[in-house]
This record gives sequence, structure tokens and C-alpha cells, in this order.
Amino acid sequence: MSTIEVNGKAVELDEEGYLVNLSEWNEDIGKILATQDEIELTDGHWEVITFLRDYYDEYQIAPAVRVLTKAIGKKLGKEKGNSKYLYQLFPYGPAKQACRFAGLPKPTGCV
Amino acid sequence: MAKKANFETPAMRPYPTIPIIKEGVMKGDGPFFAKPDMQEALGYPIELVDNWQQVALDKMGELLTKYRSLRVYLDTCVKCGSCTDKCHYFIGTNDPKNMPVARQDLLRQVYRRYFTFAGKWFPKLVGAKDLTREVLDDWYNYYHQCSQCRRCSVFCPYGIDTAEISMAAREILDVVGIGQKYCNEIIAKVYKIGNNLGLPEPALRNTLEGLEEDIEDETGVKVRLPLDVEGAEILLITPSADFFAEPHIDGLIGYAKVFHEVGASWTLSSYASEAANFGMFIGSYENMRQISLRIHDAAKKLKVKRIIFGECGHAWRVAYSFLNTLAGPFDFLDKRYPVPQHICEYTYDLIQKGALKLNKAANDDMRITFHDSCNVARGSSMGNMPGGQFIIPREVIKACCNNFYDMAPDTIHDETFCCGGGGGLLTDDLMELRVKGVLPRMEALQQVVDDHGVTHLAAICAICKTQFAKILPYYGFEMDQIISIHQLVSNAIELTNVESTDEK
Repeated sequence: MSTIEVNGKAVELDEEGYLVNLSEWNEDIGKILATQDEIELTDGHWEVITFLRDYYDEYQIAPAVRVLTKAIGKKLGKEKGNSKYLYQLFPYGPAKQACRFAGLPKPTGCV
Repeated sequence: MAKKANFETPAMRPYPTIPIIKEGVMKGDGPFFAKPDMQEALGYPIELVDNWQQVALDKMGELLTKYRSLRVYLDTCVKCGSCTDKCHYFIGTNDPKNMPVARQDLLRQVYRRYFTFAGKWFPKLVGAKDLTREVLDDWYNYYHQCSQCRRCSVFCPYGIDTAEISMAAREILDVVGIGQKYCNEIIAKVYKIGNNLGLPEPALRNTLEGLEEDIEDETGVKVRLPLDVEGAEILLITPSADFFAEPHIDGLIGYAKVFHEVGASWTLSSYASEAANFGMFIGSYENMRQISLRIHDAAKKLKVKRIIFGECGHAWRVAYSFLNTLAGPFDFLDKRYPVPQHICEYTYDLIQKGALKLNKAANDDMRITFHDSCNVARGSSMGNMPGGQFIIPREVIKACCNNFYDMAPDTIHDETFCCGGGGGLLTDDLMELRVKGVLPRMEALQQVVDDHGVTHLAAICAICKTQFAKILPYYGFEMDQIISIHQLVSNAIELTNVESTDEK
């Protein structure tokens, strides 16, 4: 467990750096979590993060990588609808790393 | 995860040599502990109980009575040394406690102290030790550096199975209140939602519909991925990673195409949407049974006639070796088929019958080798021939491609090396262990890359696939060099059945 301070408010993280209380998330928290991984969030990152959060709202889980690539491809053009593009944005993996920045739980299992 | 890795990837050795011992290099606190809610869901204490020593010894006594094999394994080791350099974690880490014999000794020393005459009276003479907190911590750390792959047992003249000892140790750790987060969180999710991933029914349905669209876009054929269809003939039980991760999902598409092509009536289940059974990793019969029962119940409810398992290593071991004991009888299924069947067995049979039209040239951009997954290779068999678990997957691959090359003989079949992430160790907090433990497999891969220009590694286990996708780059390979066998089938299969299977 650790805490980060965002806009004067203490936010609790679990031992793997994911938010303990998902409802606390806001964009500033997302930015700070990304800074921990030495990533500065660009519009490309936010496209993914927003999609993840919307999908999570509807289905209570992050989308499969393929669902994500397809959605991004539809929105931003085919050349970006592949996991290579997503890995450029989130080198540790679009599922785990992007979920962390988006304030969603870590996907578990053999993934 | 926020932290950068602070370890070095081991250098590949030109010739495999016995590693030089570096005492204590992998000593540590072990993986993250399970949270109270996870422990509770599995029926374990939420934290280390006050009288943990007594509880641990009682449990050990119970396990020794229940599993005769455990006592035999703890009694019979003669310290011949045959296993010492057979463990991939020892090879990759150099820590002597990762020698199989030393790993066994962690439990054996306590067994001797409390359960044998010599150990009770002359502990020092027989290497018996009190169960102290230090010993307990060593158990937690080093029994989570064993992937229960059983390679060492192949070389042990007595057949001592370190995996079973490691499972017993983890069970004892769970009952004293220190479980491992990765495994126990996942099992709790199976109970709550139905699969390791925590994928609820609407999300699963949405994902499957998306895949149907993709297949139609790509092939022009309406291939279905049916969910919860009552009265279907075949129930497909597959790891939930097949619904989520790459390259797993391409394998799932392959299964669907095979079923479609022969007009099979099949379904997935949202209740039993998981093949994996992490109950085995934590050595818990009760949890293993609870997870297996979901498959039994789903099969009964959906009134299916056959059960087929997708590509998942330890799921197949549990299914092949224990399913009937755990969740039987399956007397309501069609007796003409084995219970259960492996998807490779199913596809292989169709290939033998000439029921599939496969265009090998479709995979000409790849030169392929096959990684035998431990739990399929050493824990089970496949089909109705001896060694079927080695022959069938290779025959399926060879039917789908022109370029197949095996890795060195002492690294495949029953001597296969673990991917480094099996047995409940596929977690980010064990990344150093995972990277180091895969060394011998990477060396064998490098050899076929150099000798035959191999470009891809095929596997039939969700854990292996994820592990390789993650660690291949550490050794200078690309993450997408790992593929599913049914991805090759998917590429090669020519869909001649243009009817949708909707009405069948």
C-alpha cells in the first residue's frame, strides 16, 4: 500500500500501484500514475483511457485487447487499430498499464 | 509495476552447464499476500493465525495421511543429486534452494522433526529442523519459486514429485493464513463471476459477438461463437484468457472455425467460462473440486453430450487426470467419446478423417517450433495412443504448415522446460523469477532459430502464451513470436461450409 497526493488530497494505491477506491479517479490522478511509469499522457493515451473507462462503466471489466484495437481503429483509422500502436503508447501492455492509469482494476488470470 | 525492473536478464549459454551456486540470491519476501477478502472466499484465515505452528503441523499430519505419495516422497530421497540441475529456476537463478532436492528439503526437514522417530530424538543427525517463523517464510518464498512443472521428477530415480510437495506446502501456508494474492484472488473471482478474468456474461457475449464480426469481415463466412445454448452437442471449456488476450484469442477463432466447418453443434458456458483450475496450484482439493463442479453443472444444465477443453495446460491435467474424481460421474454424456476431449484431439481426428481442407501455404510466412506445456507433457496424455500428448499437437501443426522444426530432444516431450510462468507464478511481482526461469527454454529456441530459421513458437497453454509474450523481448525476440496452435489451424483452414451453424 502507498499513497500519492493529488491536489492536496491523499489517494490510496495498492501494492501494484492500482487505485484502491476506483471512484476517486480523476484526470489528474491518471496523469500522476503515468508519471510514475515515466509516461506523459498525450491525446492518443487519453483516447484509450476514455474508451476503457466507458467500456468498464458498461461491462464492469476492461475490454479484450482485440475489442480495444478495433474500437481505436474505427475511431482513429486503421493504421492505429493494432496492438503495436497500443504498445507504443503503453509499453507495459495496453491491458495492465492503461487500466492502471484509467483507475480500473488490474486484469487477472492468465493474461 | 511503477518500478523499473532492477535485475539482469541472464545471458544465454553456448553450452548448457551446471550453474555455479550463488547462495541466497533469490531470498526474499515472496509474492504479494492474498487480501483478507480473497482468503475468506476460499475458506482460509484472513491473516497468520496465532497458533500457526500447531495448525501447520496438524495440516501436514492430515496431508501425510491423506496423500500416501507425500509421505513416500518425503521419505525416499537418497540425495543422489540427479535432480539438482534439472530445474529451470535453479538454472536461471543459481540459488541452491531452487534445486529440487533443496526445495523438497524445506518441507522434509520439518517432516522429519515432527513425524519421524529419528528426527524427534536426534534432529541434528538427520537434518531435522523446528518449524520456526524463518522456516515458514522460506516456504512462502521458495515454494513460490516452483512452477510445479515436474521436470525434476522425470530425472528422479524414485520419481519424487516436487510439484506435489510444493502443492502441500502452499496448502499449509493457506490454512495458517498466508495465501498468495495472484492465485487466491483469481479463485475468488471464479466463485464470484465464473472465470479467472472476472469477465461477466454481458462482456463475454459482447466479446464473442465482436469476434463473429471479425471472422465474417475476414472470411465472408458467418462463423458463430455460441454462448449458453441449451441442447448443443459440445460444451467447450476454455481458459478465459482466450476471450481476452493475444495471441490466445486467435486460437479461440481457430476452434470456432473448426466447429463451423464440420457443422458441429457447440456452445460456450457463461457459468463455466473457465478451463483453468488454480485450485491445483494451491494444492487445495476442496477448491479444485468447487471449480470443477462448475463444469459438471454447466454440462448438465446445457444438456450437452460432450465436453471439449481448449488450449490450457494445467486445465488439461486436472481435466484428464482428475475430472471424474472431482466432479463425476459424467454418465449423462455420450459414451462414445472420451470425457473430456482436448481440442487438439478433436481437430486431429477431423484431419485424419479428411474432414478439414487445410492450406499449408497459408502459414508459409512462419517457421514453427512447438513448446510442450508441462502439465500436458508430464501430467496427462491425449487421444488413445501412448505419447499422444506429444504426437497430436505436432501432427496438427504439421497438417497446417510446411515448416516445422523441433527443439533439442532434451528440451521437449517429457523433458520439456517450463515457460517460467506456470504453477501460479504468472504475476508481475515475480517478474525477475519469470525472466530468469525461462533461460533454458530461450536457449533451446535460439538454437532452432539459428539452425533452421524458426520464427514462431506455438503452444497450447494460456499461461505459456502470456508468459512468452511478456518475456520474449527480454531475450531479444518479439512478443508476437508466440502463437496458438489453433491460430495456425485458423490461418490454414478453408471454410467450405458457407452456411451459418445457427440452425444446427
